[in-house]
Amino acid sequence: MVTPQQVRAAVESVYQAESRRILATLIRLLGDFDLAEEAMHEAFFVAVERWQRDGIPANPRAWLVSTGRFKAIDGLRRRARFDRSQAQLILALEARQEDDVNDEELEDDRLRLIFTCCHPALAADAQVPLTLREVCDLTTEEIARAFLQNPATIAQRIVRAKAKIRDAQIPYQVPSLAELPERLDSVLRVIYLVFNEGYSASSGDQLMRNDLSDEAIRLGRLLQQLLPDPEVLGLLALMLLQASRQAARSDEHGDLILLDEQDRSLWNRALIAEGSQLVQQALRTQQFGVYSVQAAIAAVHAEAASAEQTDWEEIVGLYDVLLRGWPSPVVELNRAAALARRDGPQAGLLAVEAILARGQLQDYHLAHSARAELCRQLGRLDQARDAYQTALGLTAQGAERRFIERRLSEL
Amino acid sequence: MKYLCLVYCEEGLLHSQPDSPADAECMAYFESIAGSGRMLAAEALKPVQTATTVRVRGGHMSLTDGPFAETKEQLAGFYLVDARDLNEALNIAKGIPAARVGSVEVRPIRELQT
Repeated sequence: MVTPQQVRAAVESVYQAESRRILATLIRLLGDFDLAEEAMHEAFFVAVERWQRDGIPANPRAWLVSTGRFKAIDGLRRRARFDRSQAQLILALEARQEDDVNDEELEDDRLRLIFTCCHPALAADAQVPLTLREVCDLTTEEIARAFLQNPATIAQRIVRAKAKIRDAQIPYQVPSLAELPERLDSVLRVIYLVFNEGYSASSGDQLMRNDLSDEAIRLGRLLQQLLPDPEVLGLLALMLLQASRQAARSDEHGDLILLDEQDRSLWNRALIAEGSQLVQQALRTQQFGVYSVQAAIAAVHAEAASAEQTDWEEIVGLYDVLLRGWPSPVVELNRAAALARRDGPQAGLLAVEAILARGQLQDYHLAHSARAELCRQLGRLDQARDAYQTALGLTAQGAERRFIERRLSEL
Repeated sequence: MKYLCLVYCEEGLLHSQPDSPADAECMAYFESIAGSGRMLAAEALKPVQTATTVRVRGGHMSLTDGPFAETKEQLAGFYLVDARDLNEALNIAKGIPAARVGSVEVRPIRELQT
């Protein structure tokens, strides 16, 4: 005989561990997000009473999936008495096999859910909230708080996205091998957006923001388990290596501390070890992409005892790889900064000025800050001052403005 | 489900770009989709100056010369296809030769409730 407390504890722990898997499977079996969500909650509700009476089932997950599906079809049947158009839907749902609720299929359902929530046919600003809501089980209010948005706005984006999935018949499936690279890009982009939203301390409720980074890393781990593509490993590594610096990257006022000036004893060694190992694994495949190379750069920084002892030769080389495959002026700017460390400020300054002379990055404050810093190192103080002033005029962000003003006053 | 793929393009560019499709290529693509059993109908349209817009208000018909909306890109043609789901419809849309110079809007067809 089980006590009511034991039943409640069991239901709660199954919800914690399995609710996303159960939801993902019910969406496949019922073909509708809202119907599946309703069915799942009903199944958990029924479980409290049934498990008390009949005991906790051997496979609670399968029990909940099957109860949820039964409840949903039953509900539709009751409604069908008033609405004849439902009858066909019910037949179709009943015909759908349930015998494939084995573990492998369940994991595939989670992957299907991720790919559907990040489908490029959905509005870009809906993919992130939909993923956080359906895959991570964050509430609309939590998502709104993290993104400094009105909960009604977030709710509306989610409703619209679900309506498009239903009405345009976006399939609930893992893309074919031919489509995979493009579709995976979209999933990785959503995860990295969630991570960066949490990681950049520019605005919002700080506590909620750390949760977002953790959530992104959890998503990365899930994807690593389900689909260990080199770029999945690369993105997870990049997030872990960036997160390893969390405790060292801002001071007590919340102002950013540059990599060079961070107290490296505060870096999280466990995250660095895991991230570095994943980078190695990704690079060995020879099929890595842009996230893996960025992670490799982060790993070189992470393994150096100080800025001076960093292997700048290696970092410049990795930026060259990045530039060859994914050229962009911002990457070029970062390479110039690394070049300055390897070959001296004069070489770095030439590279920065070459970018600006082409008319690129002229509105990007970091390009002018970099130029200012290199001028300062070369003793060209007037030019440094002018460049810092230009940079100041280009950013409205509080912490960055304070940083530039501090540099100006030190000149 | 049926999907309508609406091909939009600036008419001035449709036939003048290096990447502009020739009619023969469009016909070949039509035939390849027809061969896969997914094709319901497809046509190219004459230029937008030939359009007439019809409205009926309070029982009276009014006619206007020109398209419904003046836009930078005009409706140049359409494909009506029967696809398994949006992914398959998007794959068909991706292959439409005019997608290289214009854009293709993919819209699911609503079945009328009778």
